[in-house]
Amino acid sequence: MSKYILKRIGLALLTLFLIIFMLFVLVRIMPGNPFPSERMSAEQIANKRAEMGLDDPILVQFGRYLVGLAHGDFGKGTSLYYGAPIKTVLGQCIKNSFKIGGIAILMGTAVGLLLGITAALNKGTFIDGFCTVFSILGVCVPGYVFLIFLQYFLSYKVQLFPYFFDTSRFLYSSVLPATSLSLFTMSTVARFTRNEMVEVMDSDYVHLAESKGMYGSTLVLRHILRNALIPIVTVLAPLVVDLLTGALVIEKIYGINGIGKLMVDAIAGEGVDYNYVLALGILYSALYIGIMLAVDILYGVLDPRIRVATHRGEGREG
Amino acid sequence: MEMNEKAILQFVDLDISFRTNAGVVHAIRGVNLDLQKGETVAIVGESGSGKSVTVKAAVGLLDGNATINSGQILYRLREDDGSERVVDLLALSKRELRRTINGRRIAMVFQDPMTSLDPTMTIGKQIMEGILLHKKVDKATAYARALELLELVGITHAEKRMKNYPHQLSGGMRQRVVIAIALASDPDILICDEPTTALDVTIQARILELIKDIQSRMGLSVIYITHDLGVVAKVADYVNVMYAGRIIEVGNVNEIFYEPKHPYTWGLLAAMPDLETDDDRLASIPGSPPNLLHEPVGDAFAPRNAYALKIDEKAEPPMFKVSETHYAATWLLHPSAPAVEMPPELKARLERARKEAEKYL
Repeated sequence: MSKYILKRIGLALLTLFLIIFMLFVLVRIMPGNPFPSERMSAEQIANKRAEMGLDDPILVQFGRYLVGLAHGDFGKGTSLYYGAPIKTVLGQCIKNSFKIGGIAILMGTAVGLLLGITAALNKGTFIDGFCTVFSILGVCVPGYVFLIFLQYFLSYKVQLFPYFFDTSRFLYSSVLPATSLSLFTMSTVARFTRNEMVEVMDSDYVHLAESKGMYGSTLVLRHILRNALIPIVTVLAPLVVDLLTGALVIEKIYGINGIGKLMVDAIAGEGVDYNYVLALGILYSALYIGIMLAVDILYGVLDPRIRVATHRGEGREG
Repeated sequence: MEMNEKAILQFVDLDISFRTNAGVVHAIRGVNLDLQKGETVAIVGESGSGKSVTVKAAVGLLDGNATINSGQILYRLREDDGSERVVDLLALSKRELRRTINGRRIAMVFQDPMTSLDPTMTIGKQIMEGILLHKKVDKATAYARALELLELVGITHAEKRMKNYPHQLSGGMRQRVVIAIALASDPDILICDEPTTALDVTIQARILELIKDIQSRMGLSVIYITHDLGVVAKVADYVNVMYAGRIIEVGNVNEIFYEPKHPYTWGLLAAMPDLETDDDRLASIPGSPPNLLHEPVGDAFAPRNAYALKIDEKAEPPMFKVSETHYAATWLLHPSAPAVEMPPELKARLERARKEAEKYL
């Protein structure tokens, strides 16, 4: 198992390296200018380029960038937040996005699982029907539409929650964006949990467990949920990344300084900010790769068929 | 509740239907069946005849869309202090059934060992689970008992196998594990739902031997569900032939195999491959079983029956008594029915089989 994990980590690092290289080259050969060029004279731009070493061969620049990365340095913004180190700005944005995303993940998964389990255990009843309608709505209605809806009722009509994000009242002002953000995950998880559980509940091994005398929550937890969770993990993984990296529109509407908003600003600002685009690209990829790696490992934990298959000489005999 | 004195399990006028999208399917239409202590009873019939549904009703494993219209399944429950009482399994709640009956008194072996073990749990845990559920023992005792059971069902390196997951075992071994699970809390009754159908032929015989061996050692009563008459001949004391949700002939194994009375049973026996038969073709029963979405009028077998009488189209035959143990539901046994014998080829064949069998006695 540990050999398998080491191999997976090695592959993940290699993938990440290739992605960084490709991002680096692409950003540099892209048309456009890393500076707010309209406000600068040609001479100023030329000076700036020379100062940042943008006229050096691309591989030399890449090497320099890697050395910086190795020291945890993402460089400075070229047009955005001029002068402030990216690490500081990014750190604040990540904090906001991750906190809200984290709440959304927890809420989406917990409520989704609960809804799915309830629906499956009450298959064919009104409750099941309600959960189905809810999950279809949740998948169809975009999160930001739901956010505006919540803002209208809970901020404007009832004035229960703030209109906009406020770092000084973090949890309180995260309720609305986190709820809207979690809606899609909640519905997807509910739908999958329900369907997987219904399938597992009709399987021979659950009937065998019942014929042993298993019933109630022990049966659900030990035999049904464990088996139903395996496919759910696969669905959940990319959703987690989506939530962590922040929903663009939701962050914009609710005025959250998160990485989704930062990404748009970096590309659509006065100039394409090389270093921010790179830093965010690396962050997104690293998250994806990391979570996929975690899923692979989690799979091994959940499903012994995958775990044992990596052993040698421990397979079936006779 | 009145119950046949010798019986340990008794199905009385069981009647079950299923709600489906197409309508109500009347799957079980008045089944009566006795299982006596220490005996083996087989239920034989084509797919869809209602064999599995009948026994699933006894262990509370019917699908959600099933309705039990009427009938009882009486079980003679022996308390730990030795006292006996009769309970109607259909009157118990699911919770009561699971706590007092499933595993502890009636256990099941399923058809397909490839799918009937939980893929995410070691087989040791799956066996211990049943023991811990019903017996007041600690984990170490349960472990020792599970090990013992694995050895009992003929699994080598039992200690090592305890830690294995189902996918690490072959089909035959998995079925042995399923049997070990069934035996885990010392049941009285073992229900085997086509226990060898999914296994290859060489393994089949060994599994049947194993069940037979365990039955005599543990004094189990066994119900076999099968469509394989070869299996029936090997294991059963009594045979129930089921057709379209009814038992149409019942008798001890000799009566069914050597003196069958129902034309359907004749058809089943004639369809069994035989080395001596000259004909190149395998005999078969023409047509297919009726669709129980529509209530059959008269005898459900009449449309496929070459010996059908006029009355078969109007009224369903009752069970006619042939001997103390042998009954068949065919109008041919009515005193005023014309004398009809079984087809001569079948008669000759059964005669040959009887002689063959006598050689080994």
